[in-house]
Amino acid sequence: MDQLIQQIINGISLGSIYALIALGYTMVYGIIKLINFAHGDIYMLGAYIGYFCMTTLKLGFLPSLFIAIILCMIVGICIEKIAYKPLRNATRIAVLITAIGVSLFLQYGTMFFVGANVRTYPPLTGLMAKRFKYGHTLISMHQIIIVITTIVLMTALQVIVKNTRIGKAMRAVSLDKDAAQLMGINVDSTISFTFALGSALAGAAGVLVGIYYNSINPLMGTMPGLKAFVAAVLGGIGIIPGAMMGGYLIGIIEVFVSGYGSSMYRDAVVFAILILILILKPSGIMGKNIGEKV
Amino acid sequence: MKKTILLALTVMLIIALITGCTQSSSKSDKILIGVNYELSGETATYGQSSVEGIELAINKVNEAGGINGKLIELVKYDNESKSANATSLATRLMTQDKVLAVMGPATSGAFKATIPVANQNKVPVISGSATADDVTVNPDGSVQEYAFRICFSDSYQGTAMANYALNNLSKTKAVVIMDSSSDYGKGLAANFVNTFEANGGTIVAQEAYVSGDTDFNSILTKIRDLDFDVIFIPGYYNEAGLIIKQARDLGIDVPILGADGFDSPELVNLAGKDALNDIYFSNHYSSLDQDPVVQDFIKEFEKKYNKQPDAFNALGYDLAMFVVNGIERAESLTGEAVKKALESTTDFNGVTGSFSIDEFHNPVKAIVIIELKDGVQHSSERLSLD
Repeated sequence: MDQLIQQIINGISLGSIYALIALGYTMVYGIIKLINFAHGDIYMLGAYIGYFCMTTLKLGFLPSLFIAIILCMIVGICIEKIAYKPLRNATRIAVLITAIGVSLFLQYGTMFFVGANVRTYPPLTGLMAKRFKYGHTLISMHQIIIVITTIVLMTALQVIVKNTRIGKAMRAVSLDKDAAQLMGINVDSTISFTFALGSALAGAAGVLVGIYYNSINPLMGTMPGLKAFVAAVLGGIGIIPGAMMGGYLIGIIEVFVSGYGSSMYRDAVVFAILILILILKPSGIMGKNIGEKV
Repeated sequence: MKKTILLALTVMLIIALITGCTQSSSKSDKILIGVNYELSGETATYGQSSVEGIELAINKVNEAGGINGKLIELVKYDNESKSANATSLATRLMTQDKVLAVMGPATSGAFKATIPVANQNKVPVISGSATADDVTVNPDGSVQEYAFRICFSDSYQGTAMANYALNNLSKTKAVVIMDSSSDYGKGLAANFVNTFEANGGTIVAQEAYVSGDTDFNSILTKIRDLDFDVIFIPGYYNEAGLIIKQARDLGIDVPILGADGFDSPELVNLAGKDALNDIYFSNHYSSLDQDPVVQDFIKEFEKKYNKQPDAFNALGYDLAMFVVNGIERAESLTGEAVKKALESTTDFNGVTGSFSIDEFHNPVKAIVIIELKDGVQHSSERLSLD
């Protein structure tokens, strides 16, 4: 029983990270039907920005998180403007390949500037490093920070998407780009805003991973990026609550596979889920089956 | 337009002249040694560290007058951590640059890729850190004629750590958490398990991860309630540091064992110094060793690079000294003669211990076991395995 609770706690912390990254995938897909493979690398950039804020500038956790979010937003917008916007009317495969190119550019560009070595976050002190023990179950302050930050950011996202004008514009563009444009919505700035939001969440996830595992490297974005992609597909790509649910589900499944099965099969199970969901219900758990119009 | 063409031609002419000059002058009064290392890419840290050691050693030899009055010149290339590049660079070093011997690459896979070229061109290749078991032998058990190494093998480390756990620490119930994505991790784990079980120990659980993983809480939560008294982590410091940290966070306080993959200043940053107690790992050398050869090396290294040398620095240094020693004893300056001299090396006294070369071109040397306390090396002992 103790073990079950502990594993669920582990799963929720891990799932929060996946959920934050998956949200960016899903929003971008929702709005321009692009699987933005560079998304995992924005998460990596967020981790590095947080690292430099904490080590070189000696800032605390919250200011570092804030700076990482802002800078990642800017990077996200730039990537969209430079790499994807000129291809707005190109085939989807061309944009997809560009996304892979951007991903490699960010990975190896970062490696060029900061080196291939693993960097370690400075240990947090005081309250931030506390651990709480209930019987045999341990919860670290890191895990609490991760879950709380994730919930705050997701609530903020929901408010933005549901209750603001720009959120309404996002929903309109994702529903029908041309019609939205005819109604006077600035499609380009809406898409930029979507990239900014997604990148902000990814940047935040990067800093959270940095303080939780305290190990970052230029290629760290690849695997979580892919798993978050699986999470987004599992929940239903393009659907925001689906991405949250998918993220937590993948996190918990992963932990359970290595906790009760064999750690060897952990990644295999995650990708088997991707294959299964694409065969059985390609629109995802929360997706509706809509017949493709020809 | 005309001007640019003229300029381009002039530049090309100058380049041709310069390269032509250096080549013609270098052949007569210099000894060329190839350096084929991972200076960028995944395993760049090993390559860069090794080369630092090599350059320190070669500078020292050159300052002392070189080999029989001839200075050594290193011809250095970066194989980008790719085996295919290692092969083509080895070919280039041997056929175009006409080097006498090639040092590197640092990792077993890339090193193996250069051996066929070495055998074909009759130029010895020597690695300081290729620890895979089958590096210097053919699949049929015969020795690779022109391949040498100066470090012990993975199986040797796995066996040594199993014996150390049983005999020195008196632990009999082990959990193995292995890096299943590298031959290094798998080889170490297999040898540890075999030796441990053969000598009366039990393996309580065997878990695996892949390189790049950061979350080990699920594995550790799973083993936490099992009955065991030691953990063996065959893998590299990147993940091992995190495993140690997360294990200690979960309240697992049994001794943790590892191999030379633990040796990095990053380990303490990753795990935190409070977590690094009761950690034992095998290594090629320890900075605690009071042997004057070791202490002199540390002093010289710190003077040149302003940092503490790690094992790859030490192996690189030994590698260069070993090759120089071979060339000094060679009857003539040909690959074949150098190979013969290397084969007959006995009691070479290096930073990583004194060793002789056996019939399979492996060194026969003792292993060093280091204990960490509060994140720093607390003690070291030499363990020879016979």
